[in-house]
Amino acid sequence: MLLEDPMRGVAPMLTALQKLQYSSEQLTTLHPDFLLLCLLAKCYKTGLSILEDDIFEVDQPRDFFLYCYYGGMICIGQKKFSKALELLHSVVTAPMSVLNAIAIEAYKKYILVSLIHLGQFSSSFPKYTSSVAQRNLKNFSQPYLELVNSYCTGKISELEAFVQANNEKFESDKNLGLVKQVVSSMYKRNIQRLTQTYLTLSLEDIANTVQLNSAKEAEMHVLQMIQDGEIYATINQKDGMVRFLEDPEQYKTCEMIELIDSSIQRIMMLSRKLTDMDEQLSCDPLYLGKAGRDRQRFDFDDFDTVPSKFTV
Amino acid sequence: MDAEDEATGHMIEEEEIYVNGGEDGDESKRHRPIISGEQLDIEAYAALYTGRTKISRLLFIAEKCGNASMQLDALRMAYDEIKKGENTQLFREVVAKIDGRLGPNYGPDNAWADAVDRRAELRKEKLENELNAYRTNLIKESIRMGYNDFGDFYFAHGQLGDAFKNYVRTRDYCTTSKHIVHMCLNAILVSIEMGQFTHVTSYVSKAEQSQDALDSITIAKLRCTAGLALLEGKKYKLAARKFLETGPDLGNSYTEVIAPQDVATYGGLCALASFDRAELKSKVIDNINFRNFLELVPEIRELINDFYTSHYASCLEYLGNLKANLLLDIHLHDHVETLYEQIRNKALIQYTHPFVSVDLHMMANAFNTSVSSLEKELEALITNNQIQARIDSHNKILYARHADQRNTTFQRVLQTGCEFDREVRSMLLRANLIKHEFNLKASRKH
Repeated sequence: MLLEDPMRGVAPMLTALQKLQYSSEQLTTLHPDFLLLCLLAKCYKTGLSILEDDIFEVDQPRDFFLYCYYGGMICIGQKKFSKALELLHSVVTAPMSVLNAIAIEAYKKYILVSLIHLGQFSSSFPKYTSSVAQRNLKNFSQPYLELVNSYCTGKISELEAFVQANNEKFESDKNLGLVKQVVSSMYKRNIQRLTQTYLTLSLEDIANTVQLNSAKEAEMHVLQMIQDGEIYATINQKDGMVRFLEDPEQYKTCEMIELIDSSIQRIMMLSRKLTDMDEQLSCDPLYLGKAGRDRQRFDFDDFDTVPSKFTV
Repeated sequence: MDAEDEATGHMIEEEEIYVNGGEDGDESKRHRPIISGEQLDIEAYAALYTGRTKISRLLFIAEKCGNASMQLDALRMAYDEIKKGENTQLFREVVAKIDGRLGPNYGPDNAWADAVDRRAELRKEKLENELNAYRTNLIKESIRMGYNDFGDFYFAHGQLGDAFKNYVRTRDYCTTSKHIVHMCLNAILVSIEMGQFTHVTSYVSKAEQSQDALDSITIAKLRCTAGLALLEGKKYKLAARKFLETGPDLGNSYTEVIAPQDVATYGGLCALASFDRAELKSKVIDNINFRNFLELVPEIRELINDFYTSHYASCLEYLGNLKANLLLDIHLHDHVETLYEQIRNKALIQYTHPFVSVDLHMMANAFNTSVSSLEKELEALITNNQIQARIDSHNKILYARHADQRNTTFQRVLQTGCEFDREVRSMLLRANLIKHEFNLKASRKH
């Protein structure tokens, strides 16, 4: 397949995948290979279309890890950071009995994407992370955790100095591009904070507060952010003032209602899945065996026909 | 004569005040029962205290004030005071500090020091013999008195650790609650001198447990020492409450530790920095008991009234005048900055609270500062979410900002929905993974 020309393999793989899955919710062994091809061929959009489907059934854990990792990278490439965050989060918190390299790499990218997208990173793992991960992941990603610390101080110069100092480490992990994005996201974060405190602010002041070099640069940054929809503002070029506006979303439009409606539908479907799973589990012989053992032996109110000890 | 000196001293100090204005702890001012802004009258100040605390305060002033003449004054008075007592260790220290600057009368007086030391040795032996005799006789009361005398002896000679140990040893021989209270008061005194305020708190609570032996003066004493301990522990709100509860019976009975002016100052400042408006009115302004204390320090009273009636400029001016003197107080000096900052922040917040829009120029006038520094301060407060407002930097106006409830509710709903979606999906996935692992293991077993 990898005859030095990944592009040729993309389309056939896609059809193969769709034929192989018996439901759109299943992960096959082909998935990670397909995503790898997409990555190499740089046709992220095709990869993205596969990622849209949620996965609920997994056969091989290894497939799953690779799938999520490559999926995360594709999403980063497409700048869909929230989805990337989700995928990488699943890798990091997946149940595993031994630490694997995929999880380590995923954790490093997870830290960086979390900084870019959310502006913060909490180094405490959620409870459902496996203990293996909790104990070991931090040891392997020291420079990244230090990056988090210098990011949180809010000073661009410190951050840049730190990045310079650790250039080779980031380079060797092939994360340098992401790290540069982290640095630029810092400017955005600072400008966003300004929207909270000021109604209007001159471009000069913005440049000074955010430690940019000139008012022109500040103007460019603000313009970019307005276009990306990250802040709501108007620039008055005559006096060089920026006026920050409130979020104009009024939550009164039809689109909003549709959005809410679709979310409700999704969640209803999910809860239906949950109840299905619950029912399945309660009929599972292993579970009954374990639960049965803990039941009361002498429960007068409960003298039903289910035996108190249930062995397979 | 004194008044003249004071006046000339005052004029010289006036320039120094402005020059040294920004520095920390180098001002030679202190509030006294007369109008502030003038140089601390060391004699009047020292007259408020007795005992060891007088000496420590004088030494502290000598150390902290930048003015040579005040320093020498303080050292001279400390010298005189020490000569009246028996503490040769302190004596030698003070002599070293004076360094012969006050003339031959205030030089190292070795003869006196040796005499005192010899006397101390003799007394110590005598006390030890007595104590041993009592211990063999096993009379509780005499043993208690013996240890007490030992404690007093060590305290007079400056060996505070031993004094504390001996006072605490009397605990086993205390029979009535009066004894316990007595022991607690001694222990508290020594702990304050040593600067160990954790002991102070524990002994205060111990003393308060024996309710029947407490008269109102003792209660007042215990309250203000508790307040002092809380002040050191930076718990300003609780400290303020304790100081405000101190009854006026305290009078001048506790001058070995604290003067009533101090109770007023500490209580007033802590209350201003930490109480909200309602509490300030009910507990401070309308408090009849505390009014007696406030009479002694009229600036603090004016200060609090100005704050309550929103005359912030004059309030902050009083604070500024008092600051230099307060930095010379041994208990308050490291808290002055924090308290001042808190009071200033509260003033700013209180000023902006009732308005929809505030003109920053007028506000700068009210607070007697420049618009740009005011803007910076407000920015810090807004970022800490203590003021809900936004600044229009172009027109220099502050606009109050009321969060739109409806929008925020919608936003939160959508966000919660997304999070729930994400969490459940990942949970199902994980459950699936575990099931497969389990199946793998199970299939391997069979």
